[in-house]
Amino acid sequence: MTKQCIIIGASHAAAQLAPSLRQEGWDGDIIIIGDEPYLPYHRPPLSKSFLAGEKTAEGLAIRPAAFYEKNSIQFRQGRVTAINRSTQTLTLSDGQEQSYDKLALCMGSRVRKVSLPGSELEGVHYLRDITDVEGIKAHVEKDKHVVIIGGGYIGLEAASALRKLGMNVVVLEMAERILQRVTAPELSEFYTRIHTEEGVHIHTGIAVSEITGETHTEKVICADGTEFPVDLVIVGVGILPNIELAVEAGIEVDNGIIVDEFCRTNDANIVAAGDCTNHFNKIYNRRIRLESVPNASEQGKSAAASICGVSKEYKSLPWFWSDQYNLKLQIAGLSLGYDQISIRGDKLAGRSFAAFYFKDGQLISVDCVNRPQEFMLSKKIIAEKLSIMPAQLADETIEIKELMKLSSQH
Amino acid sequence: MGSITFIEHSGDQHAVEIEEGKSLMQIAMDNGVPGVDADCGGECACGTCHVIVDANWTSKTGNVTEEETLMLDMTPEKADTSRLSCQITTTEAMDGMVVRLPEFQM
Repeated sequence: MTKQCIIIGASHAAAQLAPSLRQEGWDGDIIIIGDEPYLPYHRPPLSKSFLAGEKTAEGLAIRPAAFYEKNSIQFRQGRVTAINRSTQTLTLSDGQEQSYDKLALCMGSRVRKVSLPGSELEGVHYLRDITDVEGIKAHVEKDKHVVIIGGGYIGLEAASALRKLGMNVVVLEMAERILQRVTAPELSEFYTRIHTEEGVHIHTGIAVSEITGETHTEKVICADGTEFPVDLVIVGVGILPNIELAVEAGIEVDNGIIVDEFCRTNDANIVAAGDCTNHFNKIYNRRIRLESVPNASEQGKSAAASICGVSKEYKSLPWFWSDQYNLKLQIAGLSLGYDQISIRGDKLAGRSFAAFYFKDGQLISVDCVNRPQEFMLSKKIIAEKLSIMPAQLADETIEIKELMKLSSQH
Repeated sequence: MGSITFIEHSGDQHAVEIEEGKSLMQIAMDNGVPGVDADCGGECACGTCHVIVDANWTSKTGNVTEEETLMLDMTPEKADTSRLSCQITTTEAMDGMVVRLPEFQM
């Protein structure tokens, strides 16, 4: 009988894993089960160019239908409700069963929901998929008011896109500074300045207590009594990995599905890739869960290889990007635990600089705003653990190419 | 319909059909050409869709933006005619064009 590889989740990871299976020689069936009515699509533009109306839903597809047909990759719309490992079957929400020889878990993550009074009112939206953004777009109109709850990358990107469309934008962040969970105070300060210059009102250290309105949202009320009139509320307070299916099936989970460097779980027939996984990262010498497209794609390649009995180690340097206004932020590595920061360029004026993070004298991460060369340089230094001095990076009289040479000499 | 040929570092060739208006990166992805990673999906953010355009065809591939130049400058396998394929919009005038892929995408 033809072997079957089932992929749960029509995600970024799945869009890479399925074709990689063919490249690695899998000649059995490949079926991707997803609960959205779309082929796998690019999610990063959702809070950027798609929200701003510069891209269509069709334009988001990672690969066209013809590609999947040509590679005999099938799609099945549905939701898996159980993984039965002893019988190697899946149960779907419509009651049907689907058997598997190999299984790939690419379930991604979902938005963290808030349980505020009024959060069910019309005009309150999250931002994770195409349907969410289409819902948001229905309320977008010049000079109308939007409150964004959460000053993380998603919230700030949405602020940028909606400001471009002429809306009055307020961002409310509970922590003392925006981007607190993901970056240094220097970056928070910079993005606060930029958004303020662009006309966005950022409030930090403020908690929302209620959203009010008849049927449609009218006001956001904060714990300190401050009120904001609203036509639209966007909640962007983080995401949670989709791990429940794995937990219930007895697959090892600890802040994500535990995988090894070949994306294998503790079940020999099951691999996992993307946001829902937790892997041991050799560059940082600790277990991490990443919310990142490049991670999903690279793990997809390793997972596909493992299914085909080939060892392809996942060892990529994590990287991320964020577009806001005319700023392209490129982030390489993880800055958590840094003990020294070095800045190249003027972060107090203008819109171009890089912040380098060091730990025990080693460069571990960089945030580059409109500095693609510093980004490319840092990727190499961090991944290969080359040495460079913080003072050298801060010195703009030393050209980037010279820095590349300096770092390679050790 | 015209076609463009991608040549991998290993020498393997992939002739893909031109779809006017799509980027060179996208038609490589649409046809599963190995060696074009395109991590960022065409935002000129990652530098992983590097191609080297055959010197006879550079007049057809349009201008290089400053941002693209800065990214390419740091790419180890950069050649004189290097481009990020997400920044090239394909047209029928590219029928017969050949582009080479580097050994590694950074």
